[in-house]
Amino acid sequence: MVPLTTFRSRPIGRLVAGALFAAMASMPLVAVPAIADTTLLNVSYDPTRELYKAYDEAFSTYWKEKTGETVTVEQSHGGSGAQARAVIDGLDADVVTLALAADIDAIAARTDKLPKDWATLLPDNSTPYTSTIVFLVRKGNPKGIKDWGDLVKDGVQVITPNPKTSGGARWNYLAAWAYANETFGGDEAKIRDFVGKLYRNVPVLDSGARGSTTTFAQRGIGDVLLAWENEAYLAQNELGPDQFEIVTPSISVKAEPPVALIKGNADAKGTTAVAQAYLDYLYSDAAQKIIAHNYYRPVKPEAADPEDLKRFAALKLVTVDDPQFGGWAKVQPAHFADGAIFDQIYKPGQ
Amino acid sequence: MATPLALGRRPGVIPGFGLTLGFTLAYLSLIVLIPLAGLVVRAASLGWADFMAIALDPRTLAALRLSFGVSAIAALVNAVFGLVVAWVLVRYDFPGKRIIDAVVDLPFALPTAVAGIALTALYAPNGWVGQYATMLGFKIAYTPIGIFIALVFIGIPFIVRTVEPVLADLDREIEEMAATLGARRWTAVRRVVLPTLVPALLTGFALAFARAVGEYGSVIFIAGNIPYVSEIAPLLIVIRLTEFNYAAATGVATIMLIISFILLFAINLIQAWSRRRLG
Amino acid sequence: MTDIAAPAPHHAARFQPAATERPAVRVLLTVVALAFLGLFLVLPLVSVFYEALSAGFGAFVKALGGRETASAIELTLLVAAISVPANLVFGLTASWAIAKFEFRGKSLLITLIDLPFSVSPVTAGLIYVLMFGAQGYLGPLLAEHGIKVIFAVPGIVLATIFVTFPFIARELIPIMQAQGTQDEEAALSLGASGWQTFFRVTLPNVKWALLYGVLLCNARAMGEFGAVSVVSGHIRGKTNTMPLQVEILYNEYMYRAAFAVASLLALLALVTLIVKSILEWRYADEIAATRRH
Repeated sequence: MVPLTTFRSRPIGRLVAGALFAAMASMPLVAVPAIADTTLLNVSYDPTRELYKAYDEAFSTYWKEKTGETVTVEQSHGGSGAQARAVIDGLDADVVTLALAADIDAIAARTDKLPKDWATLLPDNSTPYTSTIVFLVRKGNPKGIKDWGDLVKDGVQVITPNPKTSGGARWNYLAAWAYANETFGGDEAKIRDFVGKLYRNVPVLDSGARGSTTTFAQRGIGDVLLAWENEAYLAQNELGPDQFEIVTPSISVKAEPPVALIKGNADAKGTTAVAQAYLDYLYSDAAQKIIAHNYYRPVKPEAADPEDLKRFAALKLVTVDDPQFGGWAKVQPAHFADGAIFDQIYKPGQ
Repeated sequence: MATPLALGRRPGVIPGFGLTLGFTLAYLSLIVLIPLAGLVVRAASLGWADFMAIALDPRTLAALRLSFGVSAIAALVNAVFGLVVAWVLVRYDFPGKRIIDAVVDLPFALPTAVAGIALTALYAPNGWVGQYATMLGFKIAYTPIGIFIALVFIGIPFIVRTVEPVLADLDREIEEMAATLGARRWTAVRRVVLPTLVPALLTGFALAFARAVGEYGSVIFIAGNIPYVSEIAPLLIVIRLTEFNYAAATGVATIMLIISFILLFAINLIQAWSRRRLG
Repeated sequence: MTDIAAPAPHHAARFQPAATERPAVRVLLTVVALAFLGLFLVLPLVSVFYEALSAGFGAFVKALGGRETASAIELTLLVAAISVPANLVFGLTASWAIAKFEFRGKSLLITLIDLPFSVSPVTAGLIYVLMFGAQGYLGPLLAEHGIKVIFAVPGIVLATIFVTFPFIARELIPIMQAQGTQDEEAALSLGASGWQTFFRVTLPNVKWALLYGVLLCNARAMGEFGAVSVVSGHIRGKTNTMPLQVEILYNEYMYRAAFAVASLLALLALVTLIVKSILEWRYADEIAATRRH
């Protein structure tokens, strides 16, 4: 059924060619972005979107007043590990503000864009704010969840992201481990059993903290969400305080999301001075106030609004440098490497 | 039926062979072949032992089994319902048929991420459809069933569009003859019509299957992404990348690539076979 | 639309009651087909618009107002404006070479052109990261000259070209093969030059298939998610395309805005389908040959 084609000389070719040229010619018009004087790229992890939205604005104002220079900060957010991978593969970050030191260590190990001792270059281990892991439960706490011990009960569904891809999820895991360590007096077999049981209660393992929050809050899956403290408050605010309650466990982990200058990139772009100032300013009183307001625990609480500080419950916090963990350099290979403890205790469907 | 093989055998009359073939090969090499070769070289540099370790890793196997298994089931379901849809669209008339016919191509036109969030919103436990599943005591979104739904969605047009033209071209006289000879309708369909449709069905199945295996955007929103349970192979590639495990990422990608290539080859064989059979 | 009693345009003319199903079976099959399409295709589409507009039209417009959304739309248009013409030129040259000449390895070439179609989009992104990433084969060289490919527009364009690679060629090759070379030979023998022949004879002959391919290629180019996601870097207001922006908004608790942007893409899909259908209805015969493939 081939249509018999006759000799036609409709100038459709010229039309198409014309349209092509038009498309080509219009490209430069679309392509030119509004270029500011200086542009910084902050590569960060998921739950800091709101924090840096506010902070970037404050910093731009501050910098404009101080130097007269207009600076625009571009943000990239994603799972902490994915973001580190992107920087390693060449994403042009001036600064990184990731969920945990191990991810910045990975950048330092695989590129020569920042020194290995990056953590010592800024105060407080380069951590201008900390956070912790709390529980978000449904209104009225129908399953009566009070502490980590309640999470391994039959019929309790726990939502947490995948610790292999999400920084926040690694803090969740360590917090559970810290609780078990205290409860079982350091008996590793029992600790493993406890943490394994907890993860067997996880019906959905998202790749990032935001995905987990969405699964829990919007899609109505699970009884309890293990979340960054700031993420829990944010979810409560954004999605309705009448739907969720925050439960603070007896013990948790002191989550330290560090920041670092990616000197190699900033030097190449000539933005080192302003990028450094961007990180330094995080420790200023004004920034610490913004930090506390966005539900992160400021390292200088005296600078924050007391009203904001009241929201942070007092609880026992274990750091990753605690002897049971021995810092990220030990925790990362021992727990999260391929075939390490997490892989051994978590094998769903098998 | 046209017989393309007999055409074009006039060397020297039509110009531009060198230019067009040269450009085709250059563009193909730059965009597709060289980057893909880069992947294979990376995988080959792992060495056989390391490559097999990645291939036989339980998580890799689970992801591949899930991707290929659910894709096969989805393509099979599509083959059945796609045949019904094609049949109805070709043989029957009803109001709004043209609109329905147009809608079949929606998965070609709708971005996968949009399909992903839409399907998730529908099939989540509090969604329009999901709530009924919840009432019946099972879940769709965040389980392999959710993956199945997404893969059925993206596969629909492949079956319908490959079966439709063959069905439309089918000579009705044989069916009529069968009817005149007293064959019951179902026997006539089964003995006369379906065998003719087999090559088209197989092609459509293979296309839908190949597309489903690689699908990422629509699946990740609805899958739940639990390792060993609802983690598809393309997602495992992304996860391995975020773990800085380039070896595993390239390994899994290469395995998928090899299987895809075999599939494509199979599709071409089926088409050649059906051309011989029908032509 | 036609009702049941009216004579249908294509197939019903040949209709013989002897070789059809009983009315009950026909109704059953029709209902099954409609239910299947309704559940899997229509419902998701409706839900996109429902979710986008459920807070009212004002909220919908406001949700689209952000600077980042505007830049995502711009980037998506830019990427399509580069990758579709690139694949258009390729589709024309490839189909010319394949349809008008005989040479060894032709079927291998056709298979290779089809290859990107069955490569996972994620793999498509990965190969460019391996090629152009800082740790990749060409990464150091590119960095030396300050050329950015990955995490910038070129990488996104490359990934998009890859996933839409076969779309136009696939539509053109069968119809050009079916049409053979007689028209071109006639034009050439009348003294037309090669280019004249191409623009005045070949192109008009395949115009509907071409448009069809461009349409599908464009829809996929604007909607690609997986491949672009791997190479984008997710810099807000800079390297996020519309589908990536949908994901970001979705993850930011801004469901309305996510569905608002998604509804724009769904609208694009609808327009694609409508234009495509109009083409098919008006030029059914000319397009019929392409569908044979």
